[in-house]
Amino acid sequence: MTREILTHQIKQLIDEVLLLGSMVEEATLNSITALKNRDVKTARTLYDDDILINDKRYAIENAIIITIATQQPMAHDLRFLAAILEIITELERMGDYAKGIAKVTMRLGDTELQVPIREIERMGELGVGMLHRALSAFVHEDARVASKIPAEDVAVDSLYNEIYHQLIHQMIADPQAIESINLLLWVVHNLERLADRVTNICERTVFITTGELMEMDSSDDEDTE
Amino acid sequence: MSTTQNQTIPSIIDAEDLSIFYGNFRAVKNVFMKINPNKITAIIGPSGCGKSTVLRSFNRMNDFIPNCHVTGQITFQGHNIYADDVDPVQVRQRIGMVFQKPNPFPKSIFDNVAWGLRINGMKGDLSEPVEQALRQAALWDEVKDHLKKSGLSLSGGQQQRLCIARALAVKPDIILMDEPCSALDPIATLKIEDLMRELSKDYTIIIVTHNMQQAARASDYTAFFTMDSDRAGLMVEYGETSHIFTNPHDKRTEDYITGRYG
Repeated sequence: MTREILTHQIKQLIDEVLLLGSMVEEATLNSITALKNRDVKTARTLYDDDILINDKRYAIENAIIITIATQQPMAHDLRFLAAILEIITELERMGDYAKGIAKVTMRLGDTELQVPIREIERMGELGVGMLHRALSAFVHEDARVASKIPAEDVAVDSLYNEIYHQLIHQMIADPQAIESINLLLWVVHNLERLADRVTNICERTVFITTGELMEMDSSDDEDTE
Repeated sequence: MSTTQNQTIPSIIDAEDLSIFYGNFRAVKNVFMKINPNKITAIIGPSGCGKSTVLRSFNRMNDFIPNCHVTGQITFQGHNIYADDVDPVQVRQRIGMVFQKPNPFPKSIFDNVAWGLRINGMKGDLSEPVEQALRQAALWDEVKDHLKKSGLSLSGGQQQRLCIARALAVKPDIILMDEPCSALDPIATLKIEDLMRELSKDYTIIIVTHNMQQAARASDYTAFFTMDSDRAGLMVEYGETSHIFTNPHDKRTEDYITGRYG
């Protein structure tokens, strides 16, 4: 077998991407749990630990640059590495969303507030589930699975709209709480954006297998943490 | 099999069902290939796939090999170069060649470049066309003050550019390059590649190279050749270089360019 070094380096990179992915999944779910429990201490830890996700992303990026420079990958290998560069950027941004949720918990402190936590948890589960399967499709280079995942975003968007309206009603009913409720809007917005970014990962998996760069989703690209 | 021809510009060389034989052995089979003018076309493939054989057939250099014959047709600007009434010397004047190892004559730098002009009957002061060829080959500034020195006194990279100048002096339309950088260091190699890009404004260049990165860096189109089970070379895929090196159609091309061949 030729290209053993390159093959080995790519395998290591896949492991690192999966590790980064699991860090992001965990940070997302934990940030929601911290919100549910109004656990400021855990939220602060999650907030601080986002740097580990950033560091991991840069380490992978650096490894890819070294691989490109030293191994001169072509065709599928090149597309794979280019796709990872994009995927780790998406994962790092998802990590920022989790950090943003942790920040909300920190800012809320023990403020009395009705949090639609079951719906928020559901949104998180849906988004993280999509992310998990998107990364699995990436590793297995399964374009068929990858191209089906973006459609699931509809359920996340629908939950987002539901919670959004619920929170707006809460604001109208209790203007004193507008600032706190606004923080919750951030939480659901971040979760909605996480699911959008899963679509970008799926697009890269299709690119790896077909060489075609195509948009799978036309939802807005508004970007706020 | 793709042929990549630009639909609006006629090809300058058109190989149709080209097969090349050494005696009874078919070294290359059934190649259909259109070469676009003023472009750099790279031919890549493993050893023995017939890429140099194909290149040499484009200016009838194979005529020098006993028992070598071709079937099918190669046209240059619409004319069959293997037709009975065609003088192969004239073909080689229009389609020049640069070889793997720089092979300047044991003569002065000036005489190396003037050689082709003289055998084509030019007499008198040749300093102008010699200077022009040396300038085109990006060698003039390095040699202008010692044109009487032996061509063999130059460095390898300079010798190769001298050979390119020698080929350019007779004003060909096409320059065939058979692994022109394999004996050169990386810097001299990059200079030749820069030179190729510059020359492609005026000339069509076809290069055979073992160096895939060179093909990727320097060419507009790439043809991948490999050997079939009967050991005959064949063209697997031919297309824009940017496409061949990022998303080739054929698995054999993919395996070769990703280094997973054999």
